[in-house]
Amino acid sequence: MPAYDNMPAMELYQPVQVEDALSLASRLADRGWLLGGGQDTYGWIKDRAKRPEALIDLNGIESMRGIRETSDGIEIGALATLTEISTNPLISERYALLAKAASVVASPQIRNVGTIAGNVSQDVRCWYYRRGLDCYRAGGNLCYADTPEAQNREHALFNASRCVAVTPSDTGPALVALEAQMVISREGGQRVVAAEDFFVGPAINITRTTVMEPGEILTAVRIPAKWANAEYFYEKVADRNVWDFALVSLAAVMRTEGGNIQDSRLVCGAVECTPRRLRSVEQAIQGQPRNQATADMVAGMASEGAQPLTHNHFKMPLMDNLVQRALTA
Amino acid sequence: MTYKHIGKNFTPPDIEAKVTGAARYAEDFKREGMVFARLLTSPLPAGRIVNIDYSEALAMEGVVGILTTEDLPQPAPPANPSLASDIITYIGQPILAVAAVTEEIAENAIEKIRIDFERRPFIVDPLDTLVEGGPNPYPTGNTLVRNAGEAAAGTTVSGTDVGEVKWSRDAINAFRAGQVPEGAPFPEEWAFGELEAEFAQCTTIVEEPFVTIGQPHHALEPRTGMAYWENGRCYFHGSLQSHTIGIAPLAGMLGIDPANLVFINENTGGGFGGKIFPYPVMAVTGHLARKINRPVQLRITREEEFYIGSARSGMQGRMKLGLKPNGDVGAVDVIIVGDAGSGGGASNSSAAEHISLMLQPAAMRFRGVTLYTNTTPRGAQRGPGQNEMAAVLAPIFDKAIRQAGLDRMTVRRQNAPVSEDLIGPRRGALTSAFFPQAIQMGADMFNWDERQARSGQRNGNKVTGIGLGMGYHSAGASGYDGLCRIGTDGRLYLHTGVGNLGTYSYASVVRTAAEVLKVDWNNCEIVRGNTDLHLPYSTYQAGSNTMFTEVRTNFVAAQDALRKLKEIAAADLGGAADDYEIDGARVFLSSNAEQGMTYAEAAQRAVEMGGEYSGETFPDELNDVTKRSVQGLAGTGLIGVAKDTRHSGTVPSMTIGFMEIELDLGTGKYDIVDYTAVADCGTIIHPLGFRQSMNGGGVWGVGLSGYERHVYDPQNGLSANVGLYQAKIPTYLDVPLNNNTAGLNIADPQSPMGSRGVGEPSQGCAAAALSSAISDALGGHLFNRAPVTPDMIINHVAQLDHFNTGDLKTNTF
Repeated sequence: MPAYDNMPAMELYQPVQVEDALSLASRLADRGWLLGGGQDTYGWIKDRAKRPEALIDLNGIESMRGIRETSDGIEIGALATLTEISTNPLISERYALLAKAASVVASPQIRNVGTIAGNVSQDVRCWYYRRGLDCYRAGGNLCYADTPEAQNREHALFNASRCVAVTPSDTGPALVALEAQMVISREGGQRVVAAEDFFVGPAINITRTTVMEPGEILTAVRIPAKWANAEYFYEKVADRNVWDFALVSLAAVMRTEGGNIQDSRLVCGAVECTPRRLRSVEQAIQGQPRNQATADMVAGMASEGAQPLTHNHFKMPLMDNLVQRALTA
Repeated sequence: MTYKHIGKNFTPPDIEAKVTGAARYAEDFKREGMVFARLLTSPLPAGRIVNIDYSEALAMEGVVGILTTEDLPQPAPPANPSLASDIITYIGQPILAVAAVTEEIAENAIEKIRIDFERRPFIVDPLDTLVEGGPNPYPTGNTLVRNAGEAAAGTTVSGTDVGEVKWSRDAINAFRAGQVPEGAPFPEEWAFGELEAEFAQCTTIVEEPFVTIGQPHHALEPRTGMAYWENGRCYFHGSLQSHTIGIAPLAGMLGIDPANLVFINENTGGGFGGKIFPYPVMAVTGHLARKINRPVQLRITREEEFYIGSARSGMQGRMKLGLKPNGDVGAVDVIIVGDAGSGGGASNSSAAEHISLMLQPAAMRFRGVTLYTNTTPRGAQRGPGQNEMAAVLAPIFDKAIRQAGLDRMTVRRQNAPVSEDLIGPRRGALTSAFFPQAIQMGADMFNWDERQARSGQRNGNKVTGIGLGMGYHSAGASGYDGLCRIGTDGRLYLHTGVGNLGTYSYASVVRTAAEVLKVDWNNCEIVRGNTDLHLPYSTYQAGSNTMFTEVRTNFVAAQDALRKLKEIAAADLGGAADDYEIDGARVFLSSNAEQGMTYAEAAQRAVEMGGEYSGETFPDELNDVTKRSVQGLAGTGLIGVAKDTRHSGTVPSMTIGFMEIELDLGTGKYDIVDYTAVADCGTIIHPLGFRQSMNGGGVWGVGLSGYERHVYDPQNGLSANVGLYQAKIPTYLDVPLNNNTAGLNIADPQSPMGSRGVGEPSQGCAAAALSSAISDALGGHLFNRAPVTPDMIINHVAQLDHFNTGDLKTNTF
């Protein structure tokens, strides 16, 4: 197990037009690697756990930058950094949930270079997978984390299918809560996918975490006006207050009328491979006041159906506690 | 006492370079023709190499050479070899090194090397090898045996062997359950006092298990080295905490006379116990450079640092602690199973010594077992043994005090050591101790009574926890050499052979000589970092000992210079040496200050007089390193050189920490509202350095009790911690912005300036204060382990304690 520390030789493309990037992505397909902020790139490649033949550096494409107001909300360029998102006045004013989520990603240094596209499309952080073991996700035929002796404190409670890794994205749950639309471009076309459908679990595709196909590039994220200025709650619980991925996070938006919750979306991070909608909670609290009594009414509901591993039972009460907090904050 | 330099802040000369980035570390040195080496390391936790085929790699363009075990002398286990082949004992263990004209080529070549391994069973939890029938981490056993054996030629470790110790399954099961392992053998044991008789007088007795998880080292500068050979001499740019004390062992590893080794190490980016002495991979750099006759840089990556960079040992143990009705600690009976990793050392006895000093029990028994595992080699790490013991002891001690209905601060104060108290199994004396006063000072600063009243107070989901804890480390040695020189330019050259590991203690201690010789700081120059600059044989820069040890050496060297100044003046100007005194860089008659000479003139006269005055002769008792240096300096000025005498007793550095936290019952997280710490570490000779030691130790103490731990997978022996991110170092937002720290500032009588070090206990008291505060916030609940992480707290609050590891498992989440 040599500890490699150098980038192996590979081709580097630096397109400045999105069309050129799409052409390259199409041509290179699985042999290419899209490079944004690089926070989920260099480790893989220096460790030689991933071996793309070419890097497509997207950072020269100005059209993928910026945060713009649209007729139905805002559009965030895929290369917008997490710092830009967390400090953008428009987002802070109307979609403070997203600003908050972006502000707690990793560290200031990482937020300064890390992009929204990278944050939602990063690979899972299972330490076994990242060490280059031949697990299911890496093309093998076993899961090292789903055994009685495994060190799986940070792994999934729900919907594991051969792989028990969780989504590491802090902004993902917020985008699902805000009913964001993900703009996925390919050579000669574009498709727009709801954030909730953007993330995929291992039962659907164990080698990817999103619906993105080879040749496609996430070029923008659109936030509709529906949840602008809504009441929100966001909390990320991690070991440390800087740098760590979430043990559990909760993103919630709510509309209340006459003191009662008319509509809500509650989404948990880090409990399964995709951001997890808490639909049963959403249904139960509809029409109820946002208070302790409602919180008590749904106590334990968030974690119902969880299938904990050896070391991650704590995520169940933590999920429930965050829901309680969302309803009483 | 009023000092000119001691107790005053100053700017160490390397500060500017550190801030601007101009400071050079081993990796910054280049040499014409230099090639780059990379390591091929073991993917297996245990096994042996059946066959290596590196022909394809060696044939690659740009590959210059390969070093294997065939090129190096192999020490017998458990000594940690530089390269391993027949006995591989941990993942990441170096097997061979490839040198190439670029690092990229070296890494590409490593990919071409084919190795056939034979696997052996492995273990990552010490209790799994201690149990009868359990696999052994080495082919011949699982524990350290000390004997009088000699080191193999070219190696530095001697007197150790691998033996085997086993406990019955019943004993292991009892121990895992927190009970006494009846009938189990303990290779390590010491005791003092009448244990049972003292327990009989105790009205409060608590019996608790504990486990502490080891922690990897993560000094910012990995242990990179660069070496080249010229005319039979090896020039080695390395990264050690210490400097000249490493010359002989490094020369031994390279198989050369120490006189033929030039060791250059201007700056070291941290060591914390992981770089005290030359480490095995340095032999690879030196031998590879000699084999291929090219300068070689062997850069160690962050990941490799986690494999070969040493680590803190973990402990699994059980403690019985008795309090007498008046709060005196009557007796302590402690069992510790220590994880020495692969070929390292556990810290069992030093952990027990912490109890013997800080609690001053009337009777105590320690029983221990040191076990190897197929994990990274363990060794010293900031207060090894004492600090992790501090972390688990604090809440257990709190429990006993609460049961007795007494005050936690008061009981600690009444049992705290004073100068007349003793330590450890040999009941050794202390150089001095005033710890009750430090505890009271800390309590006053923290407003103990007022804060204690807030214990358990609820504010929504948050609950207040008040904790306190004690840190201790033996912080002083003696018997090393001091060397200074007054140049013919009148300047004072302060030669030091201690390392510069970032604490600036190297600079603080040499000011002792400036103090004795009454020289302005701007007329002083510190000479260090390169043995060709003629450095004395100085202490190891570790164990918080520099402040005590090197104050002594600089004092005796300056005294020697002072004597020579006076003798030279007397010889030239008449009278007896005792008739003269010094000030303002002059030596003059006490009765007539006009009659004297400048230091520059005295130095010139020393050169003319020769002999001992200018270093042509010197005391035979000096270490060879110092002798060579004095010979190198001979004739260049007035030489002050002397060997320090021996001190007597343990030099105790002790700290007390107080902490208030607000613990969120919903998330298991907490905010540290206040942290106050006071040190009993003698005279503070550099206030800024002292403050940084207290702050730095405080941060790491939070890490020890709250975040950091080794995690190994028992399925395959892989470590989950191979990066700074995974090591869970506390971050800026995890620790308080401001700490309140102070020193008792009572001089130690065996230090000429009264100083003792403080680096290590500053971590222990913070770790103990945090674990105490967490327990306090939860109504005195004991997790019996360090660290305590949010998941454990959440489980406890949710009454899911059965999911917390309760059976002394180590190396786990």
